[in-house]
Amino acid sequence: MTKKMDEIEVPEPRHKGIYDAAVIGGGLVGSAIAYGLRRHLDRVTVLDEGDSAYRASRGNFGLVWVQSKGMGMPRYGVWTMASAGHWPALAAELLDKTGVDVHLEQRGGLHILLSDDEVRDRVKFMTGLLAQPGMSSYEWKLLDRNEVADLVPGIGPDVRGATWTPADGIVNPLKLLRALHIAFARDGVDYRPRQPAGEIVHAGGVFQIATPRGTVRAQRIVLAAGLGNPELGGKVGLTLPIRPQRGQIVALERTRRVLETPIATLRQMDEGSWLIGDSQEEAGYADQQTGLPVLATLADRALRTLPALREVRVVRSWAALRIMSQDGFPIYQQSEAFPGAFVATCHSGVTLAAAHALELAPMIAAGELPGDMAPFSTRRFHVQET
Amino acid sequence: MFKRLDEGTGEAGHATVQITVNDAVVACRQGDSVAAALFAQGISACRDTAVSQAPRGPFCMMGICYDCLVTIDGKPNQQACMTLARDGMAVRRQHGAREVPA
Repeated sequence: MTKKMDEIEVPEPRHKGIYDAAVIGGGLVGSAIAYGLRRHLDRVTVLDEGDSAYRASRGNFGLVWVQSKGMGMPRYGVWTMASAGHWPALAAELLDKTGVDVHLEQRGGLHILLSDDEVRDRVKFMTGLLAQPGMSSYEWKLLDRNEVADLVPGIGPDVRGATWTPADGIVNPLKLLRALHIAFARDGVDYRPRQPAGEIVHAGGVFQIATPRGTVRAQRIVLAAGLGNPELGGKVGLTLPIRPQRGQIVALERTRRVLETPIATLRQMDEGSWLIGDSQEEAGYADQQTGLPVLATLADRALRTLPALREVRVVRSWAALRIMSQDGFPIYQQSEAFPGAFVATCHSGVTLAAAHALELAPMIAAGELPGDMAPFSTRRFHVQET
Repeated sequence: MFKRLDEGTGEAGHATVQITVNDAVVACRQGDSVAAALFAQGISACRDTAVSQAPRGPFCMMGICYDCLVTIDGKPNQQACMTLARDGMAVRRQHGAREVPA
């Protein structure tokens, strides 16, 4: 007898009554925040959709990436760097608590450059990025072809160089999501699949969230529903300019480990598979489609970087809808109209998972985002245009 | 475990093909897939998985499950069930994940 996913029984929630916090969204952003909240609060629940939800958390590349981030918002560069710094603690804690090794490796990463123009543009970009007032500072180098070859044996003739930082790394994002969810079961976080949030009412200091399985009540709520956030935000006085951005990824068969230094668009997983990424398309909500023009471009660039991959078989490709705010940066904010309602939404849910669990969650537990989080507020979109 | 349907019925005269499996000579028939040849020889496991090195053998026999991967004439991860046995073919057990050619 097989059961459809929708028929699998959900365990009874442990807690009745009012939660200290309810996180809406069980992907990487919501899960990391709920995990962090549980360190400070007793009664935490996570409301999630079913398996037909848009799942950027299951379609991403798994970089813990620092270089390139923060142009135009140095606070984001600082936040990213802080998350990279918290990552070893998060990975160690998850291993200890759940037995799941998320295979964090932070031994530096490369942004490969395939032409002299790319080298020139990249140096200009990185120099400008790190020269911003208030930006994080980290070591970076422009490596020449030979230096790249030392890190990545077998590079192709088109490789002119690469930028390298010691701060970049990789993790296994599926194992991360799994570890967080195992932690829910262990720590007594009530995970509620197939309970999307409907109406939200705030009365007597308590939020009442309508779901298909009854009302969930909580003192604080965190909107972490990715592409579902704009609609939910409207219920608590937050206007969230967010759109889907489609990313396609090609997966190659497992091989012995070759690539010890990850590249922003090419990495090897802990179990040997290769991922080729990182396309960005404005394609609305069409997440079910992969397309040859994009996939061919991804594959071509990967082969110019590492020609030996020509012999390695493609086993899958997929597309996922990632979350883009109007300016590409995260949004963290407490609603002024509905205090106790927070929003957290971002593009890089893997890189930022450690900051979400270990920095943002304590702020939400305390009931206030400190002043240095103000750059992430939607107030930045409300600048009057003359 | 596996027997040819006509075994013991006295039929004979099928054209034979010789391949090697891990250097041992194996006689099979024209039209056999490599996977069928392995089964007829009593070989049920032809690879060790990439992650846990667990033994695996042909399962679906129709190109879907990828559990019958072997190295054929030096090429890793070939589907034994989708490859016809040819005279002189050198088949080897696929040990774990394949290499990336240098």
